[in-house]
Amino acid sequence: CPRAVNVDLQTDAMLQVDISDALSERDKVKFTVHTKSTLPNFKQNEFSVVRQHEEFIWLHDSFVENEEYAGYIIPPAPPRPDFDASREKLQKLGEGEGSMTKEEFTKMKQELEAEYLAIFKKTVAMHEVFLCRVAAHPVLRKDLNFHVFLEYNQDLSVRGKNKKEKLEDFFKNVVKSADGVLVAGVKDVDDFFEHEKTFLLEYHNRVKDASAKSDRMIRSHKSKNLLNPIASSLYTLGTQDSTDLCKFFLKVSELFEKTRKIEARIAADEDLKLADLLKYYLRESQAAKDLLYRRSRALVDYENANKALDKARAKNRDVLQAETSQQLCCHKFEKISESAKQELIDFKTRRVAAFRKNLVELAELELKHAKGNLQLLQGCLGILKGNT
Amino acid sequence: AQAGTPLFLVAQDLTLFCICVNVQSQPASLAAEDISTNSNGPKQDSLFDDDPEDLFAEATEEVSLDSPERDVLLSDGPSPAITPITPPTSVITPRIGHTHDDMFTHSSFDEIEEEEGGDSFDIHISVSDPEKVGEYMTSISLFKRNEFAVKRRFSDFLGLHSKLASKYLHIGYIVPPAPEKSIVGMTKVKVGKEDQSSNEFVEKRRSALERYLMRTVKHPILLKDPDVLQFLESSELPRAVSTQALSSAGLLRMVNKAADAVNKMTIKMNESDAWFEEKQQHFENLDVQLRKLHTSVESLVCHRKELSVNTAQFAKSAAMLGNSEDHTALSRALSQLAEVEEKIDQLHQDQANADFYLFSELLGDYVRLLTAVKGVFDHRMKTWQKWQDSQMLLQKKREAEAKLQFTNKPDKLQQAKDEIKELEGKVQQGERDFEQISKTIRKEVSRFEKERVKDFKTIIIKYLESLVQTQQQLIKYWEAFLPEAKAIS
Repeated sequence: CPRAVNVDLQTDAMLQVDISDALSERDKVKFTVHTKSTLPNFKQNEFSVVRQHEEFIWLHDSFVENEEYAGYIIPPAPPRPDFDASREKLQKLGEGEGSMTKEEFTKMKQELEAEYLAIFKKTVAMHEVFLCRVAAHPVLRKDLNFHVFLEYNQDLSVRGKNKKEKLEDFFKNVVKSADGVLVAGVKDVDDFFEHEKTFLLEYHNRVKDASAKSDRMIRSHKSKNLLNPIASSLYTLGTQDSTDLCKFFLKVSELFEKTRKIEARIAADEDLKLADLLKYYLRESQAAKDLLYRRSRALVDYENANKALDKARAKNRDVLQAETSQQLCCHKFEKISESAKQELIDFKTRRVAAFRKNLVELAELELKHAKGNLQLLQGCLGILKGNT
Repeated sequence: AQAGTPLFLVAQDLTLFCICVNVQSQPASLAAEDISTNSNGPKQDSLFDDDPEDLFAEATEEVSLDSPERDVLLSDGPSPAITPITPPTSVITPRIGHTHDDMFTHSSFDEIEEEEGGDSFDIHISVSDPEKVGEYMTSISLFKRNEFAVKRRFSDFLGLHSKLASKYLHIGYIVPPAPEKSIVGMTKVKVGKEDQSSNEFVEKRRSALERYLMRTVKHPILLKDPDVLQFLESSELPRAVSTQALSSAGLLRMVNKAADAVNKMTIKMNESDAWFEEKQQHFENLDVQLRKLHTSVESLVCHRKELSVNTAQFAKSAAMLGNSEDHTALSRALSQLAEVEEKIDQLHQDQANADFYLFSELLGDYVRLLTAVKGVFDHRMKTWQKWQDSQMLLQKKREAEAKLQFTNKPDKLQQAKDEIKELEGKVQQGERDFEQISKTIRKEVSRFEKERVKDFKTIIIKYLESLVQTQQQLIKYWEAFLPEAKAIS
């Protein structure tokens, strides 16, 4: 499974998932989810279904709501495909067609189409990464809903939560943030978790900031498409000039056309290797925080159950009930703690690997493009200096 | 916006610029030098990289705050956008010193015609940092000394231009326009703000004055003008009595008025010479394209600065992220990424400076120069019109005289004959003037085009070299970072 995040594949039986195709329709994207598996519960070894974004969300939410998975970092849901900005730009271009030359229009159209394509590729990648993470997880890969998602070739009919469910979500989030304060305050007895809590709280905020700043920087980089009008003005000057300068202008215009394309590639690569990386780890670190929160809740429940048991024993009433409840809470808490520890260790491993891969690739691409630019510039300079 | 300070603006320009000029006399037969960016032309010693303060030692001029001269701001033309520019660093070498002249080094005046003498001069002018005393320093002496400096105020430059314009424009010489006044920028400087944007404004102005002077002295006729010589040489310049300092915006207004007047005339000039029509069209097209390009380049400067700011912010954020990362090797790599981005931010700033000082200002200068060019063409029209008017008047007088012949009014007849005599002289003069201005314009346009080609070639090459430097630096930084990223384990 390729793309932005390096995922650990621990397999007892083979399960490989990818998005083999995608179709962008007017207001939705249709992903073709392709599965190859030797797991016995599937009818075939290889099959495909078509899914939309809401179905991915349904799957993600079903994991979150499943008590059994309380001790795992739930792979973050892919963001909603958002072509609004791109579509708006294409529309504006269409409206302004009359006010520009045919060449300018064609050029801009090509650029915007490339942008649309880039966004499309990204959303495919992010949906795929989600599925790969699930498929790689030793427990989640066995989830029934996941198998239904992969195999059931009919519509899952989960489009759009109804009003009641949306309201429930809203309240859940409110409670969570109130508890978030609680979590942050209580010092954990276990050093490992205490460290993780401190680390994650700060890390998450820093990643959030870095993600926002990298987005802004890359947006600025994209708007250097201003080389376009410069190149075309120089071209016009070149065609109009009767002096020596005409060759000069034409050469420089040609140069800027080429360097502009490289600049666009640089922005796109930075987006992919840096911005997407940060965005992903923003979501994953949130998922890790959610895990810690769930563990804290379990701990609180456990402590409350202990208190209740003491009370019951003191009053000698409902002791058995209290004992059972306490045991359940204890068991739940210990189970979560055990898996959470492993999850957090894996999280670190994945994070380090992903950053390494992306930073190396980023540097290599930046170098490649800078060298490309340099070559173009030096080539042009050589010709121009020879001319004078 | 500085809307609230109109009163303040009427105060004097208190900035002092020092201009150092070096003149080397060259025999007329010396071939044109190759303008390479590393050399500074022949025999150019390191006159200025020593303590420039020495040059100032003699020019102790008191500035009287009670001076009657008021820097009346006539210009309501567009003030240059004050965008944050750090004073040029690595891309453009320091202000004081010969290296800065590379941009406009002109090694010989081969173009000077035979009749004006065969002497050619290596003239280097540098305008140096202003002191807050009140005056710029500029100097050149053709015959007396080789190099010295005087102090001049910004308004002195405008005054010089105004004199030259009034003397030479109407007979067809393309007088280089002086730099624009800028209300916003000057206010900041007057307030004494030592912040970055006022420094940038001063640097921008200093650079513009230098280019203006260089263009003026490169003109073989203007160089010999007594006002120019006085401006460059005399330690005490009489304060311009007239406060009508013509900025190039003012000049443009003047030209436009003249153009309007011409257009309003119903008599269409019978252009016997296609050359003029062709050239006018050429300059018209050039003007349109240069303005367009100028606007685009200004946008580029703006965006590159924005990119610089955003890169700096990302760098800080990445550093913070690195601090909070608990995997040691990754933490170190992230910190290094932050350092790389910080260096790249500086690169963006330097590049934005090059964008501006090399590319954008070149275009701005030529847009303003074309105004002067259009001006001389319009003056030629006016000259023609004057000649035609005299001719028409002569015709009328002749007709009147003919009629008078048949009346018995000897006094009136004699008067008519006298008037005709006078008018005949005027007509002849008018024709001579028209021929002269046409001849001058041909010469001027030819010189202007040569200069234009040279200027653009030189500066575009310099600009591309700045871009090369940026890429080379980028390669250096990322090559240093790559092993750090690979070291993460």
